[in-house]
Amino acid sequence: MSEQHILVVGATSAIAEAALRLWAARGCTLYLLARDTARSEAIAADLRVRGATAVHTGSLDVADFAAHASAVELACTTLGRVDAALIAHGTLPEQARCEVDENYALREFAVNGTATIALAGLIAQKLEEQGHGTLAVISSVAGDRGRASNYLYGSAKAAVSTYLSGLRQRLHGRGIGVVTIKPGFVDTPMTAAFAKGPLWASPERIAHGIVHAIDERRAVVYLPWFWRGIMAMIRCVPEFVFQRIKL
Amino acid sequence: MNDALQSWGRYPRATQQVIRLRDRFAPLPTLGSHALPRGNGRSYGDVCLDDGGTLLDARGLDRFIAFDPATGVLRCESGMLLGALLDFCAPRGWFLPVVPGTRFVTVGGAIANDVHGKNHHASGSFGCHVLAFELLRSDGRRIACTATENPDWFAATLGGLGLTGLITWVELQLRRVPGAWFDTEAVRFDRLADFFELSEQSARDHEYTVAWVDCTARDAALGRGVFSRGNHAPQPAGERRPRQLRLRIPFTPPFSLVNGASLRAFNALYFHRAPEAVRRASLHYLPWLFPLDGIREWNRMYGPRGFLQYQCVLPPATARYGVAELLERVVASGMGSFLAVLKQFGGTPSRGLLSFPRPGTTLALDFANRGQHTFELLDRLDDVVAQAGGAVYPAKDARMSGQRFRQYFPAWRQFEAFIDPAFSSGFWRRVNQ
Repeated sequence: MSEQHILVVGATSAIAEAALRLWAARGCTLYLLARDTARSEAIAADLRVRGATAVHTGSLDVADFAAHASAVELACTTLGRVDAALIAHGTLPEQARCEVDENYALREFAVNGTATIALAGLIAQKLEEQGHGTLAVISSVAGDRGRASNYLYGSAKAAVSTYLSGLRQRLHGRGIGVVTIKPGFVDTPMTAAFAKGPLWASPERIAHGIVHAIDERRAVVYLPWFWRGIMAMIRCVPEFVFQRIKL
Repeated sequence: MNDALQSWGRYPRATQQVIRLRDRFAPLPTLGSHALPRGNGRSYGDVCLDDGGTLLDARGLDRFIAFDPATGVLRCESGMLLGALLDFCAPRGWFLPVVPGTRFVTVGGAIANDVHGKNHHASGSFGCHVLAFELLRSDGRRIACTATENPDWFAATLGGLGLTGLITWVELQLRRVPGAWFDTEAVRFDRLADFFELSEQSARDHEYTVAWVDCTARDAALGRGVFSRGNHAPQPAGERRPRQLRLRIPFTPPFSLVNGASLRAFNALYFHRAPEAVRRASLHYLPWLFPLDGIREWNRMYGPRGFLQYQCVLPPATARYGVAELLERVVASGMGSFLAVLKQFGGTPSRGLLSFPRPGTTLALDFANRGQHTFELLDRLDDVVAQAGGAVYPAKDARMSGQRFRQYFPAWRQFEAFIDPAFSSGFWRRVNQ
């Protein structure tokens, strides 16, 4: 396929921006959905200089569920066809606050879980209607097993991963690819407060993995690759042992 | 507060809070006692450090804003690396008019230190090609600067060491080039006088010139070295970028690998490897302009105590005698230098109040940090530079006295009025003690 048409939700996130630069260099046509339109306009200008054939921007606050359908509709109409879509928005909730502030916890769950699921469903429907395309969604290794330090975020991502697994099965054989992206620790503004060790990866490295996974239509990718092994081990630990570990 | 960000010389050490900037439209974050914008931290001493303060890490401001492929005018955010910019523009037939010896510096850092390169005698300093930029002050004011709009702010910020405010975006004039390759020549010279002769001969026909000097040679061989010169190749030689050397110094050795024995061996080898007759080569811009970029984190070889760079410029009238005197003092100290670089600056005036490049001869040396001995030697070099009416480059400095600084940069008094009241740096506090 020569020039892909690509829709990105949460386009101002560091990982999404890095992926967009790779697509821009290929001459893709891009549609950026984001809450902060000043920033997405700045990114759009950058992508045009880098070689994107065309870059459009749209405004969407993912927490505003009522706005989802029209935003996706407008994006798809503008692009004409959607060869690939990436859902990349997210926040990192403070776990301690989630434990005492129910409204906060549910709001964060909505942003990282239900909103992602709702958007994935809407976009999948569009891809199904046009009969081709790949949907990639950024979930997380945190969704593979609940850990005391961030289980609200983890459970939202678990919901996303499980939803995508079902969606992939449903759309199998209909020309639609569904890619679950599970990054490990990524050095982004979302994780600015953390001390960084050797397991941390740059958004650029994750973005390369995403673009490649979409090209190859992979099902579930861990980024970087070594997280597949780490999470396999973590999932194997019996619960009676796991509950005693501090993670 | 953390010690994650240091300067390239790894001396002095600083502890500071780091705030990453990602949005050029956002106001500056609330700052503590004092703050300093930071590019990629490739300056050697303390102009990029703010011990006890806040660093505004601008590397996340790395977006293009506009590029006109017809005129070569490019506008981008200030945290863009020169290397990323070259990756973008070289394949499109455009090139940065001036680059320093590493491509891992940001556009903002290149302005803040008004950097220069091997083509100074032809093209002046980096600041000569800056068309415009925006300065964001801590009071929220945004000042658009060009040579004619707010020219005083423009002049204060070129070479202004990041102290006049945060540079958010920059507009540059790129230059047309046929391709990414250079026609280069290297020739050995046996004494210092030959360097001056070669520089004079080469200046007209070679846009890029630089010399490496053997800092261990003495007496009749004092100032011997290898002279390199080159031009942009008229034809694109090969489309493909050469395979890059991918070396990395993996960890900091417990002591400096640069010592008397390794220095003498390296210098002798480097000198004798070069042919007596002119050697021609077609080189891609990466190995030609940025030879050291092939060895990642080479600064680690100086061990945990770091190293000190010393770069000075001596005016034409005193350069011949002065450079000889400097080299003699270095040789006599026995401390030598791995990378001694000599270059003849041209007459194009720099446009910044505190710009370092000026007509004359520039000499750059680096020394493993051996404490007092090293500092005493550098003070003795300062005596020569001051007497010769020269100057020392703040971007590389970690130790010059306030008195020397004021002597080298008499415009400091005018400059003071443009400093952002919330901004400071290790360097600035040191020379104002």
